Amino acid sequence: MISPDSREEALHSGHHPDLQHHFDDMEQQKEASSLGMWVFLAQEIMFFGGLFLLYLIYRMNYYPVFAMASSSIDVKWGAINTLVLIGSSVTMAMAVHSAQMGLRKPLVFFLIATLILGGVFLGIKAKEYHDKYVEHHVPGMDSFHFEPEPDKTGKLPNGITPETAEMVSHSAAYQHTALIFFSLYFIMTGTHALHMIVGIGIIIPMIVLAWKGRYDSTYYTPIENFGLYWHFVDIVWIFLFPLIYLINRTPHIG
Amino acid sequence: MSGHVVPVRIYLLVFAALTVLTITTYYAATIDMEKAFSTHFPLNSLVALTIAVTKAVLVILFFMHVKYSSRMTKVVVIAGFFWLGIMLTITMSDYFFRNVGSLTGPGGQ
Repeated sequence: MISPDSREEALHSGHHPDLQHHFDDMEQQKEASSLGMWVFLAQEIMFFGGLFLLYLIYRMNYYPVFAMASSSIDVKWGAINTLVLIGSSVTMAMAVHSAQMGLRKPLVFFLIATLILGGVFLGIKAKEYHDKYVEHHVPGMDSFHFEPEPDKTGKLPNGITPETAEMVSHSAAYQHTALIFFSLYFIMTGTHALHMIVGIGIIIPMIVLAWKGRYDSTYYTPIENFGLYWHFVDIVWIFLFPLIYLINRTPHIG
Repeated sequence: MSGHVVPVRIYLLVFAALTVLTITTYYAATIDMEKAFSTHFPLNSLVALTIAVTKAVLVILFFMHVKYSSRMTKVVVIAGFFWLGIMLTITMSDYFFRNVGSLTGPGGQ
């Protein structure tokens, strides 16, 4: 509680029901919350940073096989998912905006839109994982095998010659390297997808609370902090897309 | 400061920029820039990562409101990426230059 002689008391007549006693005012409470969220995100940066570092070192050492294995993933779905996730970031930003303006229905609308776009992303991701399963590209499967596959026109990607394709599919060392690529693919996109699932687990109760009028223009910190989390997950994908899908999509292998 | 309301117009502009950059990176990947400029420098990767960094900065500044945040928050954000930079730079410089000066070829020994 604010002491009666406090300057804050004079500045802010009345006591906000969401103000916790160890903060002077709503502004300080929000600032502390947002700072704490950023410290958490700094930790997340290091967590994903470690995965990216691991990926970069292996990619540098085994570039040709990484390029071939990357080309077996359908870039079209990756690009669509990038746009879907950017769309969900915009709806999330609009949700925070609605909360700031104290607009309850638009807030609920934009939170639901964010949830739906997040669901679309995970649906497309599941389809991509299923494709990898069908192609025997899932590490840990007994049938794991990678061979550069011809496209619909019968041409091999990246100008790979049939001899190279033959060599890759029969060399234990190349198979092992392809296994490393697909392990990193599943670990990195899987951890990212897990973050999305956690986000969906948070946003659903948030939609219910928003509908009940829990948030208004004076108190919307949970919405804002969830927004920070959601945008961070979007940033991780912004780097995953070029690194995993776009290694080599040109007509010759580098 | 922290209660700054960003105009919807800014959000839509950032969304348009992110969409254009995504489409650009998609098509840029189909052009063999190393061949076009006859260089071994990984131009394609450089372009892809430059676009990714630009997109990330747009999201951080506008969607995550860092442009309008307090100095304290800005310091934490910069520190987070600075330490990531330390991890990437020092580790990658080791992997890049490990064999420089080695007389026995790749691998050192």
